Amino acid sequence: MRRVAVLGGGPAGLAAAQAALALGAEVTLVDEGAGLGGQFWRHHDTITDPRLTHGRARFDRLRGALEQATVHTGASVWSADVAASVTLRAFAGSADGPSRRSLAIEADAVVVATGAHDLALPVPGWTLPGVTTAGAAQALAKRDGVTVGRRTIVSGSGPFLLPVAQSLALTGSQVVGVHEASTVRALAAGWLPRPWQLAGKAGELVEYVAALARHRIPYRPGSAVVRVLGESRVEAAVVASLDAAWRPIPGTEREIVCDAVALGHGFTPRLEAALSLGCAIVGEHGARFVAVDDEQRTSNPLVFAAGEVTGIGGADAALAEGAIAGFLAAGGSIDDSRLRGPLAVRRRMRAFAARLERAHGIRQGWTDWLDDDTVVCRCEGVAKQAIEQSSHAPMRAMKLASRAGLGPCQGRTCGHAVEEIMAQAGGRPSGFDRRPILAPIRLGELAGQSGD
Amino acid sequence: MIRITVDDERFEGRDGQTIAGVLIGAGRIAWRTAQTGERGVFCGIGVCHDCLVTVNGLSGVRACQRAASDGDVIEREVRA
Repeated sequence: MRRVAVLGGGPAGLAAAQAALALGAEVTLVDEGAGLGGQFWRHHDTITDPRLTHGRARFDRLRGALEQATVHTGASVWSADVAASVTLRAFAGSADGPSRRSLAIEADAVVVATGAHDLALPVPGWTLPGVTTAGAAQALAKRDGVTVGRRTIVSGSGPFLLPVAQSLALTGSQVVGVHEASTVRALAAGWLPRPWQLAGKAGELVEYVAALARHRIPYRPGSAVVRVLGESRVEAAVVASLDAAWRPIPGTEREIVCDAVALGHGFTPRLEAALSLGCAIVGEHGARFVAVDDEQRTSNPLVFAAGEVTGIGGADAALAEGAIAGFLAAGGSIDDSRLRGPLAVRRRMRAFAARLERAHGIRQGWTDWLDDDTVVCRCEGVAKQAIEQSSHAPMRAMKLASRAGLGPCQGRTCGHAVEEIMAQAGGRPSGFDRRPILAPIRLGELAGQSGD
Repeated sequence: MIRITVDDERFEGRDGQTIAGVLIGAGRIAWRTAQTGERGVFCGIGVCHDCLVTVNGLSGVRACQRAASDGDVIEREVRA
Protein backbone atom coordinates (compact mmCIF):
# COMPACT_ATOMS: atom_id res chain seq x y z
CA MET A 1 0.00 0.00 0.00
CA ARG A 2 1.28 3.47 -0.84
CA ARG A 3 2.25 5.52 2.21
CA VAL A 4 1.49 9.24 2.03
CA ALA A 5 2.61 11.70 4.73
CA VAL A 6 0.83 15.03 4.97
CA LEU A 7 2.61 17.88 6.68
CA GLY A 8 0.06 20.34 8.02
CA GLY A 9 -3.58 20.00 9.12
CA GLY A 10 -5.08 23.17 7.67
CA PRO A 11 -7.42 23.24 4.66
CA ALA A 12 -4.73 22.08 2.19
CA GLY A 13 -3.45 19.27 4.39
CA LEU A 14 -6.92 18.02 5.33
CA ALA A 15 -8.01 17.98 1.69
CA ALA A 16 -4.81 16.18 0.71
CA ALA A 17 -5.32 13.54 3.37
CA GLN A 18 -8.92 12.99 2.34
CA ALA A 19 -7.98 12.63 -1.34
CA ALA A 20 -5.12 10.23 -0.62
CA LEU A 21 -7.38 8.12 1.60
CA ALA A 22 -9.99 8.00 -1.16
CA LEU A 23 -7.39 6.30 -3.35
CA GLY A 24 -6.64 3.75 -0.67
CA ALA A 25 -3.32 5.14 0.54
CA GLU A 26 -2.02 4.70 4.06
CA VAL A 27 -2.04 8.31 5.32
CA THR A 28 -0.18 9.92 8.22
CA LEU A 29 -0.99 13.56 8.96
CA VAL A 30 1.18 15.69 11.23
CA ASP A 31 0.31 19.13 12.59
CA GLU A 32 1.92 21.24 15.29
CA GLY A 33 -1.35 22.72 16.52
CA ALA A 34 -3.21 21.25 19.45
CA GLY A 35 -6.15 20.59 17.14
CA LEU A 36 -6.67 20.19 13.42
CA GLY A 37 -7.82 23.00 11.14
CA GLY A 38 -4.77 25.22 10.81
CA GLN A 39 -5.19 28.95 11.14
CA PHE A 40 -8.35 29.08 9.05
CA TRP A 41 -10.28 26.65 11.26
CA ARG A 42 -8.70 27.71 14.52
CA HIS A 43 -11.45 27.33 17.04
CA HIS A 44 -12.21 25.79 20.38
CA ASP A 45 -15.24 23.56 20.80
CA THR A 46 -16.74 25.44 23.74
CA ILE A 47 -15.10 28.88 23.73
CA THR A 48 -15.34 29.98 20.11
CA ASP A 49 -18.24 32.24 19.12
CA PRO A 50 -19.95 30.36 16.25
CA ARG A 51 -20.25 33.63 14.33
CA LEU A 52 -16.46 33.57 13.97
CA THR A 53 -16.10 30.23 12.20
CA HIS A 54 -16.61 29.82 8.47
CA GLY A 55 -17.20 26.63 6.55
CA ARG A 56 -17.47 24.60 9.73
CA ALA A 57 -19.46 21.84 7.98
CA ARG A 58 -16.67 21.40 5.46
CA PHE A 59 -14.17 21.11 8.30
CA ASP A 60 -16.27 18.51 10.09
CA ARG A 61 -16.53 16.45 6.89
CA LEU A 62 -12.77 16.59 6.29
CA ARG A 63 -12.00 15.71 9.88
CA GLY A 64 -14.49 12.88 9.74
CA ALA A 65 -12.73 11.43 6.70
CA LEU A 66 -9.53 11.13 8.74
CA GLU A 67 -10.79 8.20 10.79
CA GLN A 68 -8.81 5.89 8.53
CA ALA A 69 -5.61 7.95 8.86
CA THR A 70 -2.94 8.18 11.51
CA VAL A 71 -3.10 11.73 12.91
CA HIS A 72 -0.49 13.37 15.11
CA THR A 73 -1.46 16.80 16.49
CA GLY A 74 0.74 18.83 18.81
CA ALA A 75 3.64 17.46 16.79
CA SER A 76 6.50 19.73 15.71
CA VAL A 77 8.32 18.34 12.70
CA TRP A 78 11.95 19.35 13.14
CA SER A 79 13.56 17.29 10.39
CA ALA A 80 12.42 16.31 6.89
CA ASP A 81 14.54 14.30 4.46
CA VAL A 82 13.91 12.71 1.12
CA ALA A 83 15.97 10.09 -0.71
CA ALA A 84 14.40 6.84 -1.95
CA SER A 85 11.58 7.61 0.49
CA VAL A 86 10.54 10.43 2.80
CA THR A 87 11.48 10.61 6.50
CA LEU A 88 9.91 13.10 8.89
CA ARG A 89 10.97 13.45 12.51
CA ALA A 90 8.82 15.19 15.09
CA PHE A 91 8.27 15.68 18.80
CA ALA A 92 4.70 15.41 19.99
CA GLY A 93 3.08 16.48 23.24
CA SER A 94 1.89 19.66 24.96
CA ALA A 95 3.35 22.83 23.44
CA ASP A 96 6.97 23.29 24.53
CA GLY A 97 6.22 20.77 27.26
CA PRO A 98 8.52 18.29 28.97
CA SER A 99 8.91 14.67 27.87
CA ARG A 100 7.40 14.96 24.42
CA ARG A 101 7.54 11.73 22.50
CA SER A 102 9.71 11.29 19.45
CA LEU A 103 8.09 10.31 16.15
CA ALA A 104 9.68 9.05 12.95
CA ILE A 105 7.43 8.81 9.89
CA GLU A 106 8.43 7.00 6.71
CA ALA A 107 6.44 7.56 3.53
CA ASP A 108 6.57 7.00 -0.22
CA ALA A 109 5.40 10.55 -0.88
CA VAL A 110 4.76 13.67 1.16
CA VAL A 111 2.41 16.61 0.75
CA VAL A 112 3.86 19.80 2.22
CA ALA A 113 0.93 21.92 3.39
CA THR A 114 2.66 23.97 6.04
CA GLY A 115 0.74 27.16 5.27
CA ALA A 116 1.73 30.69 6.04
CA HIS A 117 1.83 33.08 8.95
CA ASP A 118 1.16 36.79 9.25
CA LEU A 119 3.52 39.24 7.78
CA ALA A 120 3.52 42.37 9.92
CA LEU A 121 5.81 45.16 8.80
CA PRO A 122 7.66 47.05 11.52
CA VAL A 123 6.45 50.46 12.70
CA PRO A 124 8.14 52.68 15.30
CA GLY A 125 6.67 51.59 18.64
CA TRP A 126 5.55 48.17 17.43
CA THR A 127 7.27 46.39 20.34
CA LEU A 128 4.90 48.04 22.85
CA PRO A 129 2.47 45.66 24.59
CA GLY A 130 -0.88 46.10 22.89
CA VAL A 131 0.52 45.76 19.37
CA THR A 132 -0.20 42.37 17.87
CA THR A 133 -0.40 40.91 14.40
CA ALA A 134 -3.80 40.84 12.75
CA GLY A 135 -3.58 37.05 12.94
CA ALA A 136 -3.00 37.21 16.69
CA ALA A 137 -6.05 39.42 17.12
CA GLN A 138 -8.03 36.88 15.10
CA ALA A 139 -6.61 33.86 16.94
CA LEU A 140 -7.23 35.38 20.38
CA ALA A 141 -10.77 36.34 19.44
CA LYS A 142 -11.61 32.97 17.90
CA ARG A 143 -9.63 30.57 20.04
CA ASP A 144 -9.69 32.35 23.42
CA GLY A 145 -12.66 34.71 23.20
CA VAL A 146 -10.61 37.75 24.22
CA THR A 147 -9.32 40.99 22.73
CA VAL A 148 -6.10 42.76 23.69
CA GLY A 149 -7.66 46.24 23.83
CA ARG A 150 -10.91 48.11 24.19
CA ARG A 151 -10.12 50.49 21.32
CA THR A 152 -8.21 48.79 18.51
CA ILE A 153 -6.84 50.14 15.25
CA VAL A 154 -6.38 47.59 12.46
CA SER A 155 -3.67 48.52 9.97
CA GLY A 156 -2.02 46.76 7.05
CA SER A 157 -3.22 45.45 3.73
CA GLY A 158 -5.43 42.78 2.26
CA PRO A 159 -8.95 41.44 2.69
CA PHE A 160 -7.93 39.54 5.86
CA LEU A 161 -8.17 42.85 7.76
CA LEU A 162 -11.95 42.74 7.31
CA PRO A 163 -12.72 39.49 9.18
CA VAL A 164 -10.19 40.57 11.82
CA ALA A 165 -12.10 43.80 12.39
CA GLN A 166 -15.36 41.88 12.51
CA SER A 167 -13.96 39.39 15.05
CA LEU A 168 -12.64 42.19 17.25
CA ALA A 169 -16.02 43.91 17.18
CA LEU A 170 -17.93 40.72 18.00
CA THR A 171 -15.52 39.93 20.84
CA GLY A 172 -16.04 43.31 22.47
CA SER A 173 -13.41 45.72 21.22
CA GLN A 174 -14.33 48.94 19.55
CA VAL A 175 -12.53 49.06 16.20
CA VAL A 176 -11.53 52.67 15.66
CA GLY A 177 -10.65 52.13 12.02
CA VAL A 178 -9.33 49.73 9.42
CA HIS A 179 -6.40 51.32 7.59
CA GLU A 180 -5.63 49.68 4.26
CA ALA A 181 -2.25 50.78 2.92
CA SER A 182 -3.15 50.33 -0.74
CA THR A 183 -4.73 53.34 -2.40
CA VAL A 184 -8.25 53.36 -3.82
CA ARG A 185 -6.69 53.38 -7.30
CA ALA A 186 -4.66 50.21 -6.57
CA LEU A 187 -7.68 48.50 -5.04
CA ALA A 188 -9.81 49.36 -8.06
CA ALA A 189 -7.15 48.15 -10.49
CA GLY A 190 -6.87 44.87 -8.61
CA TRP A 191 -10.49 44.10 -7.86
CA LEU A 192 -12.80 45.77 -10.38
CA PRO A 193 -11.88 44.26 -13.78
CA ARG A 194 -13.59 41.03 -14.86
CA PRO A 195 -15.84 40.78 -11.80
CA TRP A 196 -17.30 37.44 -12.99
CA GLN A 197 -13.96 35.76 -12.16
CA LEU A 198 -14.49 36.56 -8.51
CA ALA A 199 -17.58 34.37 -8.21
CA GLY A 200 -18.13 33.54 -4.53
CA LYS A 201 -15.25 35.69 -3.33
CA ALA A 202 -17.01 38.94 -4.20
CA GLY A 203 -19.97 37.96 -2.04
CA GLU A 204 -17.66 37.16 0.85
CA LEU A 205 -15.98 40.55 0.62
CA VAL A 206 -19.34 42.32 0.42
CA GLU A 207 -20.44 40.50 3.57
CA TYR A 208 -17.41 41.74 5.47
CA VAL A 209 -17.86 45.30 4.23
CA ALA A 210 -21.47 45.10 5.42
CA ALA A 211 -20.26 43.87 8.82
CA LEU A 212 -17.92 46.86 9.05
CA ALA A 213 -20.82 49.18 8.29
CA ARG A 214 -22.99 47.45 10.90
CA HIS A 215 -20.34 48.00 13.56
CA ARG A 216 -19.69 51.55 12.28
CA ILE A 217 -16.05 50.74 11.56
CA PRO A 218 -14.48 53.16 9.07
CA TYR A 219 -12.43 51.58 6.25
CA ARG A 220 -9.68 53.92 5.05
CA PRO A 221 -7.70 52.93 1.97
CA GLY A 222 -4.40 54.67 1.32
CA SER A 223 -3.54 55.07 4.99
CA ALA A 224 -1.57 53.30 7.68
CA VAL A 225 -0.47 53.38 11.28
CA VAL A 226 3.04 54.79 10.86
CA ARG A 227 3.93 55.11 14.55
CA VAL A 228 2.67 53.63 17.80
CA LEU A 229 2.87 55.81 20.91
CA GLY A 230 3.01 54.91 24.60
CA GLU A 231 5.24 54.56 27.64
CA SER A 232 4.84 50.96 28.74
CA ARG A 233 1.89 50.01 26.52
CA VAL A 234 -0.05 51.35 23.55
CA GLU A 235 -1.68 54.70 24.30
CA ALA A 236 -2.21 56.06 20.79
CA ALA A 237 -1.20 55.63 17.17
CA VAL A 238 -0.21 58.04 14.42
CA VAL A 239 -2.06 57.41 11.17
CA ALA A 240 -0.92 58.97 7.89
CA SER A 241 -2.13 58.96 4.31
CA LEU A 242 0.11 57.01 1.93
CA ASP A 243 1.02 57.50 -1.70
CA ALA A 244 0.86 54.66 -4.23
CA ALA A 245 4.25 53.36 -3.08
CA TRP A 246 3.05 53.34 0.56
CA ARG A 247 5.20 56.38 1.45
CA PRO A 248 3.58 58.54 4.16
CA ILE A 249 2.42 61.88 2.74
CA PRO A 250 3.93 64.67 4.87
CA GLY A 251 1.41 66.77 6.76
CA THR A 252 -1.31 64.09 6.83
CA GLU A 253 -0.37 62.57 10.19
CA ARG A 254 -2.97 62.52 12.93
CA GLU A 255 -2.90 60.98 16.37
CA ILE A 256 -5.67 58.61 17.38
CA VAL A 257 -6.20 57.41 20.95
CA CYS A 258 -6.31 53.62 21.22
CA ASP A 259 -5.00 50.84 23.46
CA ALA A 260 -4.33 48.18 20.84
CA VAL A 261 -3.04 48.02 17.28
CA ALA A 262 -3.37 44.98 15.02
CA LEU A 263 -0.90 44.90 12.12
CA GLY A 264 -1.17 42.64 9.07
CA HIS A 265 0.48 43.20 5.69
CA GLY A 266 -0.30 39.83 4.16
CA PHE A 267 1.21 36.43 4.77
CA THR A 268 4.54 34.73 4.41
CA PRO A 269 4.80 31.03 3.57
CA ARG A 270 6.39 28.55 5.96
CA LEU A 271 9.05 27.15 3.67
CA GLU A 272 11.37 25.39 6.12
CA ALA A 273 10.17 21.84 5.43
CA ALA A 274 9.96 22.37 1.67
CA LEU A 275 13.49 23.76 1.60
CA SER A 276 14.75 20.90 3.70
CA LEU A 277 13.12 18.47 1.26
CA GLY A 278 15.06 20.10 -1.56
CA CYS A 279 12.10 21.76 -3.29
CA ALA A 280 12.89 24.45 -5.83
CA ILE A 281 11.61 27.89 -4.88
CA VAL A 282 10.25 30.58 -7.21
CA GLY A 283 10.14 34.32 -6.66
CA GLU A 284 12.43 36.94 -5.24
CA HIS A 285 13.26 38.02 -1.74
CA GLY A 286 10.13 38.77 0.21
CA ALA A 287 7.85 36.66 -2.01
CA ARG A 288 9.29 33.18 -2.36
CA PHE A 289 7.04 30.17 -2.82
CA VAL A 290 7.44 26.46 -3.50
CA ALA A 291 7.45 25.83 -7.26
CA VAL A 292 4.83 23.29 -8.31
CA ASP A 293 3.61 21.95 -11.66
CA ASP A 294 -0.01 21.30 -12.63
CA GLU A 295 0.06 18.13 -10.53
CA GLN A 296 1.17 20.11 -7.43
CA ARG A 297 4.45 18.21 -7.75
CA THR A 298 7.60 20.04 -6.62
CA SER A 299 11.06 19.69 -8.13
CA ASN A 300 11.37 16.45 -6.15
CA PRO A 301 9.03 13.79 -7.59
CA LEU A 302 8.21 12.41 -4.11
CA VAL A 303 7.29 15.80 -2.73
CA PHE A 304 4.01 17.62 -3.42
CA ALA A 305 3.02 21.03 -2.10
CA ALA A 306 -0.36 22.67 -1.64
CA GLY A 307 -1.89 25.77 -0.12
CA GLU A 308 -0.18 28.96 0.97
CA VAL A 309 3.35 27.57 0.56
CA THR A 310 2.76 27.68 -3.20
CA GLY A 311 1.20 31.18 -3.25
CA ILE A 312 -1.18 33.19 -1.08
CA GLY A 313 -4.68 32.35 -2.30
CA GLY A 314 -6.85 31.65 0.72
CA ALA A 315 -8.70 28.61 2.02
CA ASP A 316 -10.61 27.71 -1.17
CA ALA A 317 -7.41 27.59 -3.19
CA ALA A 318 -5.76 25.55 -0.45
CA LEU A 319 -8.61 23.03 -0.39
CA ALA A 320 -8.46 22.56 -4.18
CA GLU A 321 -4.67 22.29 -4.32
CA GLY A 322 -4.65 19.91 -1.38
CA ALA A 323 -7.18 17.63 -3.06
CA ILE A 324 -5.06 17.51 -6.22
CA ALA A 325 -1.78 17.01 -4.33
CA GLY A 326 -3.14 14.24 -2.13
CA PHE A 327 -4.69 12.44 -5.08
CA LEU A 328 -1.46 12.52 -7.11
CA ALA A 329 0.70 11.66 -4.10
CA ALA A 330 -1.40 8.52 -3.63
CA GLY A 331 -0.70 7.51 -7.22
CA GLY A 332 -3.78 8.98 -8.91
CA SER A 333 -3.87 10.56 -12.33
CA ILE A 334 -4.46 14.24 -13.08
CA ASP A 335 -6.87 13.11 -15.83
CA ASP A 336 -9.13 11.34 -13.34
CA SER A 337 -12.64 12.80 -13.54
CA ARG A 338 -12.73 13.10 -9.74
CA LEU A 339 -10.26 16.00 -10.01
CA ARG A 340 -12.41 18.04 -12.37
CA GLY A 341 -13.92 20.09 -9.53
CA PRO A 342 -10.68 20.88 -7.71
CA LEU A 343 -8.93 21.75 -10.99
CA ALA A 344 -11.67 24.26 -11.87
CA VAL A 345 -11.51 25.85 -8.41
CA ARG A 346 -7.72 26.03 -8.60
CA ARG A 347 -7.89 27.84 -11.94
CA ARG A 348 -10.33 30.38 -10.55
CA MET A 349 -8.40 30.86 -7.31
CA ARG A 350 -5.12 31.48 -9.12
CA ALA A 351 -6.80 34.47 -10.75
CA PHE A 352 -7.94 35.56 -7.30
CA ALA A 353 -4.39 35.29 -5.91
CA ALA A 354 -3.07 37.44 -8.75
CA ARG A 355 -5.67 40.11 -7.97
CA LEU A 356 -4.80 39.95 -4.29
CA GLU A 357 -1.18 40.67 -5.07
CA ARG A 358 -2.04 43.46 -7.53
CA ALA A 359 -4.42 45.18 -5.11
CA HIS A 360 -2.67 44.63 -1.79
CA GLY A 361 0.93 43.54 -2.43
CA ILE A 362 3.53 45.27 -0.29
CA ARG A 363 4.99 48.41 -1.90
CA GLN A 364 8.55 49.39 -1.12
CA GLY A 365 7.84 52.87 0.25
CA TRP A 366 6.81 51.46 3.64
CA THR A 367 10.42 51.68 4.87
CA ASP A 368 9.93 55.48 4.92
CA TRP A 369 7.87 55.15 8.08
CA LEU A 370 10.85 53.72 9.98
CA ASP A 371 13.37 55.80 11.93
CA ASP A 372 17.04 54.84 12.05
CA ASP A 373 16.54 53.48 15.56
CA THR A 374 13.26 51.61 14.93
CA VAL A 375 13.57 48.04 16.17
CA VAL A 376 13.14 45.69 13.20
CA CYS A 377 14.24 42.37 14.72
CA ARG A 378 12.02 42.08 17.78
CA CYS A 379 13.87 39.15 19.36
CA GLU A 380 17.31 40.73 19.37
CA GLY A 381 16.28 44.39 19.45
CA VAL A 382 18.12 45.20 16.21
CA ALA A 383 17.45 48.65 14.74
CA LYS A 384 17.00 49.52 11.08
CA GLN A 385 20.32 51.39 10.98
CA ALA A 386 22.30 48.37 12.20
CA ILE A 387 20.82 46.27 9.39
CA GLU A 388 21.63 48.93 6.79
CA GLN A 389 25.19 49.23 8.02
CA SER A 390 25.94 45.57 7.38
CA SER A 391 23.65 45.09 4.40
CA HIS A 392 26.51 44.75 1.89
CA ALA A 393 27.81 41.66 3.67
CA PRO A 394 26.56 38.20 2.70
CA MET A 395 23.43 37.17 4.61
CA ARG A 396 25.21 35.03 7.18
CA ALA A 397 27.78 37.74 7.93
CA MET A 398 25.04 40.37 8.14
CA LYS A 399 23.17 38.26 10.67
CA LEU A 400 26.26 37.63 12.77
CA ALA A 401 27.29 41.30 12.69
CA SER A 402 23.87 42.76 13.48
CA ARG A 403 22.25 39.76 15.24
CA ALA A 404 19.11 40.33 13.14
CA GLY A 405 17.19 37.08 12.84
CA LEU A 406 19.30 35.21 15.40
CA GLY A 407 16.76 35.24 18.24
CA PRO A 408 14.19 32.61 19.21
CA CYS A 409 11.96 33.19 16.17
CA GLN A 410 14.93 32.80 13.80
CA GLY A 411 13.83 35.66 11.58
CA ARG A 412 10.30 34.38 11.06
CA THR A 413 8.92 37.72 12.24
CA CYS A 414 11.45 40.17 10.80
CA GLY A 415 12.77 38.29 7.76
CA HIS A 416 10.78 40.09 5.11
CA ALA A 417 11.54 43.53 6.59
CA VAL A 418 15.25 42.80 7.02
CA GLU A 419 15.54 41.62 3.43
CA GLU A 420 13.75 44.71 2.10
CA ILE A 421 15.91 47.06 4.19
CA MET A 422 19.05 45.27 2.97
CA ALA A 423 17.92 45.46 -0.65
CA GLN A 424 17.12 49.16 -0.42
CA ALA A 425 20.55 49.79 1.12
CA GLY A 426 22.14 48.17 -1.94
CA GLY A 427 22.69 44.70 -0.47
CA ARG A 428 21.65 41.36 -1.94
CA PRO A 429 19.61 39.48 0.62
CA SER A 430 19.21 35.74 0.21
CA GLY A 431 16.71 33.49 1.93
CA PHE A 432 16.00 33.92 5.61
CA ASP A 433 14.05 30.69 5.64
CA ARG A 434 16.82 28.10 5.45
CA ARG A 435 16.68 26.68 8.96
CA PRO A 436 18.44 23.36 9.55
CA ILE A 437 16.15 22.60 12.50
CA LEU A 438 12.66 23.17 11.15
CA ALA A 439 10.88 23.97 14.42
CA PRO A 440 12.10 25.17 17.80
CA ILE A 441 12.87 22.15 19.98
CA ARG A 442 14.73 21.71 23.24
CA LEU A 443 18.39 20.75 23.22
CA GLY A 444 17.61 17.85 25.54
CA GLU A 445 15.12 16.51 23.03
CA LEU A 446 17.69 16.72 20.28
CA ALA A 447 20.33 15.07 22.46
CA GLY A 448 17.89 12.22 23.15
CA GLN A 449 17.97 11.45 19.41
CA SER A 450 21.69 10.69 19.27
CA GLY A 451 21.23 6.95 19.65
CA ASP A 452 19.06 6.67 16.51
CA MET B 1 -13.27 27.79 35.51
CA ILE B 2 -9.53 27.41 36.08
CA ARG B 3 -7.15 29.32 38.33
CA ILE B 4 -3.48 30.03 37.65
CA THR B 5 -0.90 32.27 39.29
CA VAL B 6 1.38 34.54 37.33
CA ASP B 7 4.23 36.22 39.18
CA ASP B 8 2.34 35.41 42.41
CA GLU B 9 -0.84 37.12 41.19
CA ARG B 10 -3.98 34.99 40.80
CA PHE B 11 -5.97 34.82 37.57
CA GLU B 12 -9.18 33.05 36.66
CA GLY B 13 -9.84 31.81 33.16
CA ARG B 14 -12.16 29.60 31.17
CA ASP B 15 -11.34 25.94 30.80
CA GLY B 16 -9.64 25.50 27.43
CA GLN B 17 -8.12 28.97 27.13
CA THR B 18 -4.41 29.35 26.48
CA ILE B 19 -2.25 30.95 29.15
CA ALA B 20 -2.18 34.07 26.97
CA GLY B 21 -5.96 33.98 26.66
CA VAL B 22 -6.42 33.80 30.45
CA LEU B 23 -4.07 36.73 31.03
CA ILE B 24 -5.48 38.95 28.29
CA GLY B 25 -9.01 38.11 29.41
CA ALA B 26 -8.03 39.41 32.84
CA GLY B 27 -6.64 42.63 31.36
CA ARG B 28 -2.97 41.74 31.61
CA ILE B 29 -1.21 42.22 28.25
CA ALA B 30 2.50 42.06 29.16
CA TRP B 31 4.33 39.34 31.07
CA ARG B 32 7.86 39.07 29.74
CA THR B 33 10.79 41.49 30.02
CA ALA B 34 12.81 41.80 26.82
CA GLN B 35 15.81 43.97 25.96
CA THR B 36 13.56 46.75 24.72
CA GLY B 37 10.83 46.55 27.36
CA GLU B 38 7.77 44.56 28.31
CA ARG B 39 6.25 42.05 25.91
CA GLY B 40 3.14 39.89 25.70
CA VAL B 41 1.46 38.35 22.69
CA PHE B 42 2.54 39.47 19.24
CA CYS B 43 1.87 36.72 16.66
CA GLY B 44 -0.56 34.64 18.69
CA ILE B 45 0.18 31.46 16.74
CA GLY B 46 3.51 30.26 18.10
CA VAL B 47 5.84 31.89 15.59
CA CYS B 48 7.39 34.94 17.29
CA HIS B 49 8.23 33.66 20.80
CA ASP B 50 7.45 37.08 22.31
CA CYS B 51 5.10 35.52 24.86
CA LEU B 52 7.51 33.03 26.49
CA VAL B 53 6.88 32.18 30.15
CA THR B 54 8.11 29.67 32.70
CA VAL B 55 5.35 27.15 33.48
CA ASN B 56 5.65 25.04 36.63
CA GLY B 57 9.42 25.51 36.55
CA LEU B 58 9.89 24.78 32.85
CA SER B 59 11.16 27.82 30.94
CA GLY B 60 10.58 28.77 27.32
CA VAL B 61 6.91 27.89 27.01
CA ARG B 62 4.85 29.86 24.48
CA ALA B 63 1.89 31.28 26.39
CA CYS B 64 -0.15 31.52 23.17
CA GLN B 65 0.26 27.81 22.44
CA ARG B 66 -0.04 26.19 25.85
CA ALA B 67 -3.50 25.54 27.22
CA ALA B 68 -3.75 26.76 30.80
CA SER B 69 -4.26 24.04 33.42
CA ASP B 70 -5.85 24.60 36.80
CA GLY B 71 -3.09 25.31 39.34
CA ASP B 72 -0.39 26.28 36.84
CA VAL B 73 2.33 28.41 38.40
CA ILE B 74 3.68 30.83 35.85
CA GLU B 75 6.69 33.08 36.13
CA ARG B 76 7.95 35.96 34.05
CA GLU B 77 11.09 35.53 31.97
CA VAL B 78 13.64 38.32 31.81
CA ARG B 79 16.14 38.91 29.05
CA ALA B 80 18.66 41.67 29.79
